[in-house]
Amino acid sequence: MILGRYIPGDSPIHRLDPRTKLLGCFYYIGIVFLANNWITYALMFALTLGLLPLAHVRLGFFLRGVRAIIYLILFTVLLQLFFTTGGHVWWQWGWLTVTSKGVVNAVYILCRLVLIIFASTLLTLTTQPLGLADAVESILKPLKPLHVPVTELALMLSIALRFVPTLMDQTTKTMNAQRARGVDFGSGGPIKQLKAIVPLFIPLFVSAFSMADDLATAMEARGFRGGDGRTRYRALAYHRGDAVAVVLLVVLTVVLIVLRTH
Amino acid sequence: MDITFNHVSFTYQPGTPFAGTGLRDVNTTIHGGEYTAIVGHTGSGKSTLLQHLNALLKPTAGTVTIGDRVITPTTNNKHLRALRQQVGMVFQFPESQLFESTVQRDIAFGPENFGMAPDEAAALAAETARLVGLPDDLLTRSPFDLSGGQMRRVAIAGVLAMRPSVLVLDEPTAGLDPAGRRDLMALFARLHTEEGLTIVLVTHQMDDVANFAEHVLVMDGGALVREGTPREVFADAAWLRDHSLAQPTTTRMAGALAARGFHFDQPPLTLDELADALAPQLGGHTHE
Repeated sequence: MILGRYIPGDSPIHRLDPRTKLLGCFYYIGIVFLANNWITYALMFALTLGLLPLAHVRLGFFLRGVRAIIYLILFTVLLQLFFTTGGHVWWQWGWLTVTSKGVVNAVYILCRLVLIIFASTLLTLTTQPLGLADAVESILKPLKPLHVPVTELALMLSIALRFVPTLMDQTTKTMNAQRARGVDFGSGGPIKQLKAIVPLFIPLFVSAFSMADDLATAMEARGFRGGDGRTRYRALAYHRGDAVAVVLLVVLTVVLIVLRTH
Repeated sequence: MDITFNHVSFTYQPGTPFAGTGLRDVNTTIHGGEYTAIVGHTGSGKSTLLQHLNALLKPTAGTVTIGDRVITPTTNNKHLRALRQQVGMVFQFPESQLFESTVQRDIAFGPENFGMAPDEAAALAAETARLVGLPDDLLTRSPFDLSGGQMRRVAIAGVLAMRPSVLVLDEPTAGLDPAGRRDLMALFARLHTEEGLTIVLVTHQMDDVANFAEHVLVMDGGALVREGTPREVFADAAWLRDHSLAQPTTTRMAGALAARGFHFDQPPLTLDELADALAPQLGGHTHE
């Protein structure tokens, strides 16, 4: 499973400003819905897969990593396929029908989901979590006059991101410790499985509480007095690559609108 | 119960860019009834090796034989519970595994998982709590109200209550005060000598290794670079420095004294040995 993971690297994509990547990814997801025929989808796929070598990610590794979501996609696609009415009816059995419109819809949904997952996975593969937190803070800054606690949100986000691997380690450790005491995780019926989770969850919550306590004390001891009036160590800056990315997205939008059929 | 490693290698997350080596071609036997210490600097694969001792990790190549069970890369994760009862494992900072409402129930948790009746397990828990030096009135308290040292004892009692024949300890005294440290090490030594418990200890305290261990494994970079008795392993100070390790305090002191004209037939490991070797040279009586 590579969704949400970061692979350190120094590719042109890695070097983009995280704000460009985050906004670009949202924008890309938006224009995926502009595509509505074979040429436009082919173009989107070619472009997305073309970004992989640019990000120094091997196609095989990438495909294996997103494989886990295939069932979710298939489920959605099958729903579309069997429950869309209208158009030419090709096959019918009880209340299940396969119509020409259903097939087209199913294929479109498949393409859209796959493109969206590819783009967002590429985002997290090439952007450090802390970079994303900085980007969110920078992007939300205009909301500050509206009394949205932007710096506090960004602080919580970066602390949360920072502690994901720590808590994962803690989870593995606690699971192992309880396994060594005879707990079987993931076996038996649903009630038994739920019960097996108690010896995992309580220690995790307890250690999260004590970590939060320690962290708050350490932050205060180092002079943290809230978000206002702080300077920044990691300053974000746009470079030439970001301009290229924006131009590419604009060109893509124009081409999509031109190739779109009504 | 012997635990034998036969060409054991282990890779974390094989086949991904995150792949990392844990163990490289480890061959050794941990004999039943012996006190074995595993040393090595941080990240040398000690903890990875430990998790192979009760099949929490399975080798990616080679086999681990635990008693009469052979663990291969393809061993099924099911049916390993009996094995885990035999090999009790105390992880680093084990107090973070406590979760029950009372100390007694937490200690009884392991035995109950292995099928013991609740009242029998409760009696066993009380007995084990006494063994690790917890006063009886703590049994009904919540484990989260205790001090760090007491929580550590409860966690260790929870493992001992399963009556394992092998006790695996990953830095059991880390973060304890000198008295707590001494008490715990004495407890393990007593369990080893009086009840014949096999003990596998991972530690950075060379003094503990010299005082208690009979067999030492030295790990570096996921490989087993040397094994032998403490005397053999601690003989070569330069070699130890190359592997980011050190001699025990007494051995270091003997080395410094030897440079000033004292003579030692063999490098002393414990304080008693050092005193015995020094007393006649200083014209005194034999140390007793």
